[in-house]
Amino acid sequence: MTKNIMIVGVGGQGTLLASRILGNTVISHGYDVKVSEVHGMSQRGGSVVTYVKYGDKVYSPIIGRGEADIILAFEMLEAYRAMPYLKKGGKIIVNTQKIDPMPVITGAMEYPSDLERKMSEKVCVIPVDALSAAVSAGNQKSVNVVLIGVMAKSTDIPYDKWRDTIKATVPEKFLDVNLKAFELGYNL
Amino acid sequence: MKKLMLGNAAVAQGAYEAGVRVVASYPGTPSTEITENIVKYDEVYAEWSPNEKVAAEVAIGASIGGARAMSCMKHVGLNVMADPVFTASYTGVNGGLVFCVADDPGMHSSQNEQDSRHYAAASKTPMLEPSDSEECKEFTRRAFELSEKFDTPFFIRLSTRVSHSQSMVEIGERTDLELKPYEKNVPKYVMMPAMAVKRHVIVEERTKKLIEFAENSDLNKTELNGSKIGVITSGISYMYAKEALGDKVNFLKLGMVNPLPEQLIRDFANRVEQLFVIEELDPIIENHCKALGINVIGKDSFTMLGEYTPAMIKTAVLGEDTPESVSLDEEIPSRPPVLCPGCPHRGTFYVLKKLGLTVSGDIGCYTLGAAAPLASVDTTICMGASVSAALGMAKARGSEFNKKLVSVIGDSTFIHSGITGLIDIVYNKGANTVIILDNSITGMTGHQDNPTTGRTIRGEATKQVDLEALCRSVGIEHVTVADPFDLKGFEAVVREETCRDEPSVIIAQRPCALLKYVKYSGHCAVTDKCKKCKMCMKLGCPAISETAEGGIKIDVTQCNGCGLCINVCPFGAIVKED
Repeated sequence: MTKNIMIVGVGGQGTLLASRILGNTVISHGYDVKVSEVHGMSQRGGSVVTYVKYGDKVYSPIIGRGEADIILAFEMLEAYRAMPYLKKGGKIIVNTQKIDPMPVITGAMEYPSDLERKMSEKVCVIPVDALSAAVSAGNQKSVNVVLIGVMAKSTDIPYDKWRDTIKATVPEKFLDVNLKAFELGYNL
Repeated sequence: MKKLMLGNAAVAQGAYEAGVRVVASYPGTPSTEITENIVKYDEVYAEWSPNEKVAAEVAIGASIGGARAMSCMKHVGLNVMADPVFTASYTGVNGGLVFCVADDPGMHSSQNEQDSRHYAAASKTPMLEPSDSEECKEFTRRAFELSEKFDTPFFIRLSTRVSHSQSMVEIGERTDLELKPYEKNVPKYVMMPAMAVKRHVIVEERTKKLIEFAENSDLNKTELNGSKIGVITSGISYMYAKEALGDKVNFLKLGMVNPLPEQLIRDFANRVEQLFVIEELDPIIENHCKALGINVIGKDSFTMLGEYTPAMIKTAVLGEDTPESVSLDEEIPSRPPVLCPGCPHRGTFYVLKKLGLTVSGDIGCYTLGAAAPLASVDTTICMGASVSAALGMAKARGSEFNKKLVSVIGDSTFIHSGITGLIDIVYNKGANTVIILDNSITGMTGHQDNPTTGRTIRGEATKQVDLEALCRSVGIEHVTVADPFDLKGFEAVVREETCRDEPSVIIAQRPCALLKYVKYSGHCAVTDKCKKCKMCMKLGCPAISETAEGGIKIDVTQCNGCGLCINVCPFGAIVKED
């Protein structure tokens, strides 16, 4: 049985690093894994979606509607957009940050209201103020690792394995901030 | 040792293990990381070439010179390099030669959705198609051997989900090969008619041998599961089909997609009652089967558009419903890609929009200048077309129209194929204004150096093409360098140059905000002097938005303090904070 994790956010928020930490951690735990990334144009502030799938044997690298065990969302609207991909009984871990997309900035549309309530009525939602946690870890850009910390608790992979991958993935000068961010997320 | 690797990195690893010596490419999503990863291996000469045609020719030359060589590009790059590819098929190789082409079904980062397999068939070049990273490595390694064995270049065909997915790869050692001797061989390498006529005979004979190889090669795999349903597939579609159908059907997985086998397909078809062909984009395997008189279900059940999914395949083949999912009860705003905060192109497009000019656009980050609110770009066709298409527009509509018309093209794209259009403007007495958006890097594909940056792919200092001198040397007399963040100054330059009855070039010079050496600091903030005129909103900066009360807010998590909004505010209401 494969476990399907979808990471969604806005280009520039660091979803790629999150999916790489996740991918390398599940491998160190002995699973087969596929990580599907996005590069190029959509990275420029657009909606970005990456998939991480692991289990005994993984074929397709993508996740379809109703197939995600966990959606790890870096932004509220992106969480809502991804909700149809959630499996029955799955959960959404969402950073409560809101980033206006261009149609909202130009006034063509409004940012949907009350998203946390709307999602909670239909699925299991775990809201997280990852931005505040990242700031207290020492860098607002560590939102991604805070969220990985929150998600780590929902897996059967031990705390130390995650720390080991972060040490192997993150550049030396950002390591302390990221380990702090992971710990804060894990204990949220 | 096994390692989690991107498909593109695995192609690089395969080429490395095969002893590749020369790799020349032009960046293009989703192919770029192949060549970026090659740089990790010190034994390999790698370069970013000015365009794909040059890249392919460098690789062809290296092959003739006795080295194993490779060139990598995206599907539309294959159009640019098609000319040498068709003739390299005739000459064949000395050292193994591999062209790696990455298609982009679903157009994540492309202007069309073409299927590169057509080129393999048209140029009579064999093509392998891996399904995951392990196959990326293995097929690339084998392509070099087969290239030498059959005396032909080989294509490796990738697609976005193969190139940009990570899966496990067994890492091997490099085979150290001696350079093959170079011997002058005019009948083989000089493709003038008398020689080419004879080489064409060899190409046709070779294709027959390759078909025979395809019949028996382990690159094409049959998986029999005792089912009455058969599926013929390749590449990423195999992975989708395998996930959707598991052991419920028989599979013929084609690792070699050109030329296609005949008897192997007939034998497979004879074992089943119902036969599906599952292939993204065009019905190439399907048409091949139909030409053999084999009844298959292909595009009747599957689309020619975009990417496939396991759920789609499950429904089409087994008639099973897609998994239950919740739906949204309202229409929500999309989140299209946008120019980054601090992007130098924002200043350019703000001015072009203000002046109401027609903008002949090109391929790069600045294609995003077509989106609201900047909404400046009128056309985007292909690399370089901004320049030549604008000449065509001007010739069609006359000089008054031309005075309200500009081309915009990035520094790398200009070198790729804009310079030839500019020469056309000079030669054929055009009076166009071309704006080179010089952000000192190849931006959209993720910061590759190019001939205008003064650095090679390995970051070594090299001669830098002087854009100003280049434009002057082809006969442009009016070349102006201007900073697009100096909005008033830039506007004045655009007004002056577009009015001329002679051709001109404006070099809009400001580096990409994402370059490490670009150090904007702090962030911008709105003070109580704000009159809510919303001039700053016209910049389309993702950091600036409206509050519920109709005021303006600047998101400090996004703003990098570039200060362009300070320049547009008529009331001095935006200030810089630490």
